[in-house]
Amino acid sequence: MTELPLIGEAAAAPSAGSPDTSRLAGAKIGVITFPGTLDDRDAARAVRLAGATPVALWHADTSLGDVDAVVIPGGFSYGDYLRAGAIARFAPLMSRIIDAANSDAKLPVLGICNGFQILTESHLLPGSMIKNDHLKFMCRDQVLRVENNNTHWTSDYAAGQEITVPLKNQDGQYIADEKTLDALEAEGRVVFRYVGFNPNGSRRDIAGISNTAGNVVGLMPHPEHAVEVGYGPESLDGIGGSDTDGLGFFTSVLNKIVGDAK
Amino acid sequence: MPRIVVDVMPKPEILDPQGKAIVGALPRLGFTSFSAVRQGKRFELTVDGEVTDAVLAQAREAAETLLSNPVIEDVVNVEVVEA
Repeated sequence: MTELPLIGEAAAAPSAGSPDTSRLAGAKIGVITFPGTLDDRDAARAVRLAGATPVALWHADTSLGDVDAVVIPGGFSYGDYLRAGAIARFAPLMSRIIDAANSDAKLPVLGICNGFQILTESHLLPGSMIKNDHLKFMCRDQVLRVENNNTHWTSDYAAGQEITVPLKNQDGQYIADEKTLDALEAEGRVVFRYVGFNPNGSRRDIAGISNTAGNVVGLMPHPEHAVEVGYGPESLDGIGGSDTDGLGFFTSVLNKIVGDAK
Repeated sequence: MPRIVVDVMPKPEILDPQGKAIVGALPRLGFTSFSAVRQGKRFELTVDGEVTDAVLAQAREAAETLLSNPVIEDVVNVEVVEA
């Protein structure tokens, strides 16, 4: 995967509690591309800014290789035809990811936006996404509250911390039946909630959830678009947070990978 | 050639934003008799040959696994239509 040189590399370095950086580059985080994926380059860049090595994965691959984690990025896989994520869910590599996520090894998997939709279609995460209640595509900087910092992807955040990352989607309204929602809340599996404004009618302001083990996390907003100083939400409209609020996802999983390898 | 028609609807308890937008537009065009609209999907599966019980069973399975998402949708009809 060819990438531009990193900008703001020093400023984007993870803060307190950051893992031993010399060990990080050995960590491989796969970024899967489907036909119609848009944000794979940004996700790979976020992985590299966090200190790990991104590995390009193709949906038709039949092996995950030796990746330590996988990011399913945003976009419009298969044009959102049928339902968002519905066709991508049956790609050959998704079967490997589903097996690895459910295995004892508990492969960390992060689904962003369309990636979140693919994870619900795959039944790795409960519920589903339907069209935004206002029916419009929405693109804005969105404040989120970290409700659970015990997942593989959120341990570098403080519980209750508010972060600002971009949100851009049309089918972002998270829904599930009341029983499922109650169970998610009771088990602490609501990982992110929208703060101040619910941009799509999601039940209980839910922006992101996890599986029981915490290795699989999905959310609609885009942390990979908030990882570089000068190119994040703060630079645009100053609604709070910092330009690099999204970087914690990637440093969290790195800490987990490096910690487990010790 | 025969076709199998599969109809999929959003579950009754799921808000259907598209249907809501349509019901809002109807009276603006003078169609004032309709109090609610729900929008679903119709699939037409063409079969090369005879629709056997096995083929119909395959269509039902496809309807439940790929054509619909049971979290938000119901398969409300699977029927054979001759061309």
